[in-house]
Amino acid sequence: MLSSTADNLFWMARYMERSENTARLLTGLYHMSLLPARRGAQAGLWEGLFQSEDERNAYLAKYDSFKTDPVLTYMVLDRDNSSSIRSCVWSARENVRATRHVLTTDMWETVNSTWLDIAQTTYADMQDMGHHEFLEWIKVRSHLFRGVAHGTMRRGEAFEFWRMGVFIERAENTIRLLAARAHTFKPTGPVSREDTATLDYYQWGTLLRSVNAYKAYREIYKSQIDPRRVVELLTLNAEIPRSVMACVEEICEVLEGLRPRSRCFEQSRDLLNRLQSARIDRVYRTGMARFLEDYRAGLHDLSLQIQKDFLMIQ
Amino acid sequence: MHAANGDIRPAYRDYSAWLTDQSLERLRQKHAQADLLFRRLGITFTVYGEDEGGERLIPFDVIPRIISHEEWSVLERGAIQRVDALNAFLHDIYHEQEIIRAGVVPAELVMTNEAFQPQMLGLDLPRRVYAHVSGVDVVRVDDKTFYVLEDNVRTPSGVSYMLENRETMMRLFPDLFAQSVVAPVDRYAEYLLRSLQAVAPPGVDDPTVVLMTPGQYNSAYFEHAFLAMEMGIELVEGRDLFVDSGSIFMRTTEGPKRVDVIYRRVDDGFIDPLVFNPDSALGVPGMLSVVRSGRVTVCNAMGTGVADDKAMYCFVPDMIRFYLGEEPVLQNVPTYSCRKPDDLKYVLDNIADLVVKEVHGSGGYGMLVGPKATKAQCDDFKQRLKAEPDNYIAQPTLALSTCPTLVEEGIAPRHVDLRPYVLSGEKTRVVPGGLTRVALKAGSLVVNSSQGGGTKDTWVLEAPAVIEEEE
Repeated sequence: MLSSTADNLFWMARYMERSENTARLLTGLYHMSLLPARRGAQAGLWEGLFQSEDERNAYLAKYDSFKTDPVLTYMVLDRDNSSSIRSCVWSARENVRATRHVLTTDMWETVNSTWLDIAQTTYADMQDMGHHEFLEWIKVRSHLFRGVAHGTMRRGEAFEFWRMGVFIERAENTIRLLAARAHTFKPTGPVSREDTATLDYYQWGTLLRSVNAYKAYREIYKSQIDPRRVVELLTLNAEIPRSVMACVEEICEVLEGLRPRSRCFEQSRDLLNRLQSARIDRVYRTGMARFLEDYRAGLHDLSLQIQKDFLMIQ
Repeated sequence: MHAANGDIRPAYRDYSAWLTDQSLERLRQKHAQADLLFRRLGITFTVYGEDEGGERLIPFDVIPRIISHEEWSVLERGAIQRVDALNAFLHDIYHEQEIIRAGVVPAELVMTNEAFQPQMLGLDLPRRVYAHVSGVDVVRVDDKTFYVLEDNVRTPSGVSYMLENRETMMRLFPDLFAQSVVAPVDRYAEYLLRSLQAVAPPGVDDPTVVLMTPGQYNSAYFEHAFLAMEMGIELVEGRDLFVDSGSIFMRTTEGPKRVDVIYRRVDDGFIDPLVFNPDSALGVPGMLSVVRSGRVTVCNAMGTGVADDKAMYCFVPDMIRFYLGEEPVLQNVPTYSCRKPDDLKYVLDNIADLVVKEVHGSGGYGMLVGPKATKAQCDDFKQRLKAEPDNYIAQPTLALSTCPTLVEEGIAPRHVDLRPYVLSGEKTRVVPGGLTRVALKAGSLVVNSSQGGGTKDTWVLEAPAVIEEEE
């Protein structure tokens, strides 16, 4: 397969997956914003989405406050924001358009009709439909795309590059989701133990729901929501399809099949080993934020190496 | 649909009966459905200079153009004959130039032609084919006569519409096809691939064929992707290819892979920045040297454009006589070549009755439609003609045939033309059908999509004998 085609497939998968993950992230935060405001728990709720200085500045150049309407406008429909859901769908669609000759017609039609719908959507439409329903629709379109890919693509290189894109993106997003939580929901001022528990319940519970892992948490831990366990579940538990462990396992499998003696396969094995040897108590002691940040950097390096090994055009 | 005497043409008889039973409302519904289908499938062309909104649909008409088997067999014979002669001409002018020495075609018309490619002189191409894919534009002027409007032998486009129009019609009106005798067009891609494989460099057994596109922002990108997919070959851009030790390779995930045949949809001037346009990022540095060493076949060959401009058009009937020793099956539109003083005088005297075209113009630009022009416009064109007579030809306005078309007022006659696609490789053949373009404005003769024209499905009816055989 052409390197440029593999590159397009990889990014097509990433953008589509990213649109879904952004929708998940926003759903979680939106629900939080509807909870009774207790002791400033919601202060900085939307602001926490913008984790870097650059992201903050780009946002503040267009909007003056971190409130629900402007933030959702920016994150969902803003065409100048290259990571808005609309921009992700557009980019996915352009990547599919460039590779449609190796994809099935159903895949192209799915992305193209998603794009045609979202291209016409205004914020007022989104309000009419309801924020929750709209974000749910994005998720469904991503599910549909994944299902179509699984159900129609020939099991060849194209399929593997698509898979690789999905899982790298998903692993990064799960980490981002956890990091945003660590960033966002720090209660301000002295709070009682009971308040903390309530807050944890809502905040971490919402996060679990946004990745459909709430039920799994209940089944596995059979206890109240504890941040440490949430992090353990979403990073180290291979049974949870959106956990970092599950994603990295998939990536290793793909790379082993494609090129077992490549540099990037080695790197993916290292990343997997790091998770397999991690213990949540130790992670907690050394600092969760740092652990997440280090791991995110590791995934980023892997992504660069994959591009070097397979996708470099020049 | 009607012959000159007002009767319904035999080819339309069944369809016309069916159409009479249809309500206008149902047709409009189908029309809307077709639009939706085209948009969902992304069958669009890109309009330059617009951002993400810059994709347009070419208007599609749900009423087909129908051609009888007898009419088609003439068209088919004529188109093949024409392309065979053009290929012989191209081989000749890049080799012995006998047609020039015989005084049939003036030397300066060839040698000073912008599209003439000295780099191609003396090169022997596989099977002596230059124009592997040609589009011969024709119009019907009366019950029996088709005129050829122009030959397109550079990188003719539109064939994806021929295929998608049929696909759409079959989805919208399955009942019509179940009982009709419309010749299928869907083997086009297979024939194209076979033609391309047939012109691989000598000694290559299992050639790697690719389709080269300027990229996804090119107006015909949909067609490029569509054809690559239909043929199951790689769709490449210049940046995917490179020259190494005398061959062309493409960059793949498993390392470099040699390429033997390139069906290029990139113009001559952009193919090799070392030789042609140095600013072009669309081409491959060094590609021409590989072509010249015969280690890759480029389709259509570079320098084919010399055969299809409007000045050379006048000589095609002579080429047919010269190379094939036959009389042309299809007629040229009577054409005045303004480079000839007598013709120029006639054109200047009768400009209000003529269509004047620039020799190198395309897409309906740079022309004057005399009967529709104001006196000032005619005078302006006269000045241009006098200043640069070589640059113009003129033709009488034709009484073009029309075809019923669904427009705002209902079903009304509109002017149509037809582009059958001719493939040359191991043999020359035409898929039964083509792209029918229709002028959607009442009375207009301009069918170009850039000028608001639309398209229709083209039905070629099969011979009764063929059907019996299959039954």
